[in-house]
Amino acid sequence: MEKFTTHTGVGVPLRRSDVDTDQIIPAEYLKRVARTGFEDGLFAAWRNDPSFVLNNPAYAVGSVLVAGPNFGTGSSREHAVWALQNYGFKAVLSPRFGDIFRGNSGKAGLLAGRVDEKVVQRLWDYLEAHPGAAVTVDLESRTVTAGEGPDRIEDSFDIDDYTRWRLLEGLDDIGITLGHEADIAAFEATRPGWKPATQKVG
Amino acid sequence: MGRTLAEKVWDEHVVRSVDGEPDLLFIDLHLIHEVTSPQAFDGLRLAGRRVRRPDLTLATEDHNVPTIDWDKPIADPISRTQVETLRKNCEEFGVRLHSLGDIEQGIVHVVGPQLGLTQPGMTIVCGDSHTSTHGAFGAIAHGIGTSEVEHVLATQTLPQARPKTMAVTVNGSLPEGVTAKDLILYLITQTGTGGGQGYIVEYRGEAIRELSMEGRMTVCNMSIEWGAKAGMIAPDEVTYAYLKDRPESPKGAEWDTAVAHWRTLVTDDDAVFDREIVIDAADVTPWVTWGTNPGQGAPLGGSVPAPTDFDDEIDRVAAENALRYMALEAGTPLRDVRVDTVFVGSCTNGRLEDLRTAAEVIKGHRVADGTRMLVVPGSARVRLEAEAEGLDLVFKEAGAEWRGAGCSMCLGMNADTLAPGERSASTSNRNFEGRQGKGGRTHLVSVPVAVATAVRGTLSSPADLAPAAAR
Ligand code: SF4
Repeated sequence: MEKFTTHTGVGVPLRRSDVDTDQIIPAEYLKRVARTGFEDGLFAAWRNDPSFVLNNPAYAVGSVLVAGPNFGTGSSREHAVWALQNYGFKAVLSPRFGDIFRGNSGKAGLLAGRVDEKVVQRLWDYLEAHPGAAVTVDLESRTVTAGEGPDRIEDSFDIDDYTRWRLLEGLDDIGITLGHEADIAAFEATRPGWKPATQKVG
Repeated sequence: MGRTLAEKVWDEHVVRSVDGEPDLLFIDLHLIHEVTSPQAFDGLRLAGRRVRRPDLTLATEDHNVPTIDWDKPIADPISRTQVETLRKNCEEFGVRLHSLGDIEQGIVHVVGPQLGLTQPGMTIVCGDSHTSTHGAFGAIAHGIGTSEVEHVLATQTLPQARPKTMAVTVNGSLPEGVTAKDLILYLITQTGTGGGQGYIVEYRGEAIRELSMEGRMTVCNMSIEWGAKAGMIAPDEVTYAYLKDRPESPKGAEWDTAVAHWRTLVTDDDAVFDREIVIDAADVTPWVTWGTNPGQGAPLGGSVPAPTDFDDEIDRVAAENALRYMALEAGTPLRDVRVDTVFVGSCTNGRLEDLRTAAEVIKGHRVADGTRMLVVPGSARVRLEAEAEGLDLVFKEAGAEWRGAGCSMCLGMNADTLAPGERSASTSNRNFEGRQGKGGRTHLVSVPVAVATAVRGTLSSPADLAPAAAR
């Protein structure tokens, strides 16, 4: 996984709450067996609407998504994270995320930062007034900034310490866990024999 | 201080616990299916890793399989590739798989319990959010993403931050004709889709104890719809009776040992939850959703709300968007809403008990003109058991379609979808925009409401039906 320290890119105001994973990528796009190529499915139902934010060329190159509360609720499909990444998004900001989506983002290297609802409102207003304006998300200091002068927005975002550390270091979870092989083996040795198994192995 | 059920199960599975890091939890059962696993197996192959515990892993085909002509090769080439990829991966990595045509094939959350693999006190994960279903047995069970699927395949563990605990106590008994589905839809409307966020929820109280295992699974299944990490119900005699003599449940002396341990899996009297909600079962009535998230629900006897009924601005905007998408006028009685398609099935309501209820309601009636009704059993075994009882004939006689097992119209990934603008009453769990097909409009309902709706062609309950002609 690539390290994530700070990112500056075009901010996209997605003025909606409860954007569930079926909205981020509908099921019909989930048939691919690779990890790439999901960008076509991103927000597929809304992309047909000319007034949808990503159909505005100024936002089309966006990489920081600013969404309302309950972003990424619903299904466990990590394809939702891949679709955002395949499209070019590096970070998503929302007051509240679906748990599994937030977890998936951390594993796949997409920054999911929790910000105050008021900050989202201010970012929406600013980004709509200045289409194509940049937003900076700094993971080191956990801050989000945009604009200049009196318009300047600077606030903090929330991300749990462990995910932050892994993103900063670009660490793969499986590698870390396999380092605890002795602990796993010791645990396995004490599991009760009546616990169910799906098959006899070896 | 005493511990909650969730804490007891959690503590039994901690492989490693260090300050400032998530606990490393051992996973007792890992369920997989064709849609969220291919990239995980690819990851293993790339890194030269194996599946650590194939004996704790089970695969089935469900999300993307056809429910007609399921005994022929899958027609859609992309879907076929996905299913074939699962078959190849299971073969290569030595994972037990129940394929189309196998009696144990079906929705992963129906298959685990029916095999007796889902047992109290376990940790169960699957690349599917409705893994929470298995919590009905007193297990910690939750959905994971594909990176985590790969992690569990490689290590049989998962790093997990310890969630907070919540108790939902349902006092009293559910009124006659009110189901577990109504109860959970009611709860989600009361608390909102973020109400359970960050919590493992334990459902308790008289109304919960009175539910069958099937009803308990329906409640735990939809925990995810109000944002909870997982839902659980402490095991009791109902649980043990369900598990006794299932193919994979403990036998002989091991059964006694297991039950003795399961009996310890209850929340201690002096345990403290981080949050508690108490509801009165008598307040629950047949419930339907009118909007595009599961928290946008109302009593069937009520009417479509107006956006101005909501104080919070975000709720108001969400209601406006939802009414526009659903093409509903505020103030319309819900009973006047016409429905094109009725779907009975899914991991929420696709078990034998659900099909028996459905057959009982429809017997002697016919599906209304202009309405179609699909009955999709949760697993091949459920289908065969229903057929042995003649339920398929009851449905066919009434003009409903009887299908093969799978997720089907719950997510509209196979050919079973709503057309744009089509409206459904569905026993599944999600009413998101386009969930059942692009432009499709979904009302979430219980099994009795779904069937009565099919008969009248508008949202209805069995009480609205005229006595059946000739029973
Ligand atoms: S029936 Fe629906 S909710 Fe259940 S596992 Fe299948 S797609 Fe998911």
